Amino acid sequence: MSEIRSELKYLSSHEWARLEEDGTVTVGISDHAQDALGDVVYVETPEVGTTLAAGDEAGVVESVKAASDIYSPVSGEVIEVNEALEDAPETVNSSPYDDGWFFRVKPSDPSELDNLLDADAYQSECEEG
Amino acid sequence: MGNKTPLYDTHVAMGGKMVDFGGWDMPLHYGSQLEEHEKVRTDAGMFDVSHMTVVDIDGDGARDYLRYLLANDVAKLDGVTGKALYTGMLNEKGGVIDDLIVYLKESGYRVVVNCATREKDLEWMSRQAEAFDVSLSERPELAMVAIQGPNAIDKVKQVMGIEWVSAIDNLKVFQSVARGDWFVARTGYTGEDGLEIMLSGEDAPGFWRALADAGVAPCGLGARDTLRLEAGMNLYGHEMDEDTSPLVANMGWTIAWQPEDRDFIGRTALEEEKAQGVKEKLVGLVLKERGVLRAGQPVVVDGSEERGIITSGTFSPTLGYSIALARVPVSVGDTAQVEMRKKLVSVKVVKPCFVRNGKSVI
Repeated sequence: MSEIRSELKYLSSHEWARLEEDGTVTVGISDHAQDALGDVVYVETPEVGTTLAAGDEAGVVESVKAASDIYSPVSGEVIEVNEALEDAPETVNSSPYDDGWFFRVKPSDPSELDNLLDADAYQSECEEG
Repeated sequence: MGNKTPLYDTHVAMGGKMVDFGGWDMPLHYGSQLEEHEKVRTDAGMFDVSHMTVVDIDGDGARDYLRYLLANDVAKLDGVTGKALYTGMLNEKGGVIDDLIVYLKESGYRVVVNCATREKDLEWMSRQAEAFDVSLSERPELAMVAIQGPNAIDKVKQVMGIEWVSAIDNLKVFQSVARGDWFVARTGYTGEDGLEIMLSGEDAPGFWRALADAGVAPCGLGARDTLRLEAGMNLYGHEMDEDTSPLVANMGWTIAWQPEDRDFIGRTALEEEKAQGVKEKLVGLVLKERGVLRAGQPVVVDGSEERGIITSGTFSPTLGYSIALARVPVSVGDTAQVEMRKKLVSVKVVKPCFVRNGKSVI
């Protein structure tokens, strides 16, 4: 079974969001998503400084098997992207919740996080497939 | 749940991620498709291909039957027991019903056809057999394991032991040797040297385990697809199907036009197509920028209003960038453009073969 971390929030399109202590939100894709995609070979992250609305396309993850758009779970400005994924996209497979994060947003409305799925709700979405 | 090969329990026990493939539960990978791919290119890997359909063809009319049924000519096998031939099996329109390998046995022939096309193949083969003195026997009790890679043959010899060593050493490419239920052929679908071995389903799990102990990596269908694509080998349903002529699928070399008086199914249609001028061809595409070419993406070429189409595309683990096979108008030049995910990208056009024996050939 794939790991679903209880402290994170999720989109049904398999992104996770983590509210950091400094008020920023880190975004990545779930263990379930990386497992379904298989070996990741390219990651396209948004540019730092881009302003995203919740639900906007923010990048692409391509595996040997398929390409998948990445959506931003919250609105705000992109303040950092995980540049290490450029040379080591496989980190998304080996560490989807830690080293394999995609980008960090300074949220314009932190209450949007409440609209996301909690771990239990996301788990049931995954089980329904 | 779908059909299970004799190796199903072994795959699950060894951590295979099982998926449905043409009605069969098959391993997609055992952890990492990229690592499995690499093992085959540099060492040795093995694939369960027991889902493929094996049919033995016997009877006095077997040779005449196959000379009519297949676009390539089994007369090329005359007198060389064990020799194999790759060919298309065509319909009257010259479309490809399936691609297959036919082996000349001590007595009769053996063909191996695809699993996804099994029912229509058997139906077609039986219908055509009515006019000939032949019997067709499917061999569902057999398992089939492909062991591929530069060290594959050495490792198989370690496992099969002394009584097989000289038989395997004497095998030329595209030849086979049979003993009892064991049928060992120097064929494959990866662009590497190796063997495809048919054996009884009962013997398969022990053989698979012994190969794994000898250092042969279990590989799934994911790596099988990236390996065959790097090798520029066709996959039925992608590069060709019943509406695609072998002449536009880089299979012209598998059509035996000589002798001219041999009538085979599809011959008339292919001759007409040739006379009118073949309009498309299969090429390789290379994208060195980031991004992955995928099947179904349209291809724009110079000198033609008609679009081509990518028939198979992937990230090439050996080359480190994306490659594809595409069917395009014959006017294609050295470059083309692919409509990828909202943008048009330039790609290099090459012969449809990217990697052979571990090395880039582009």
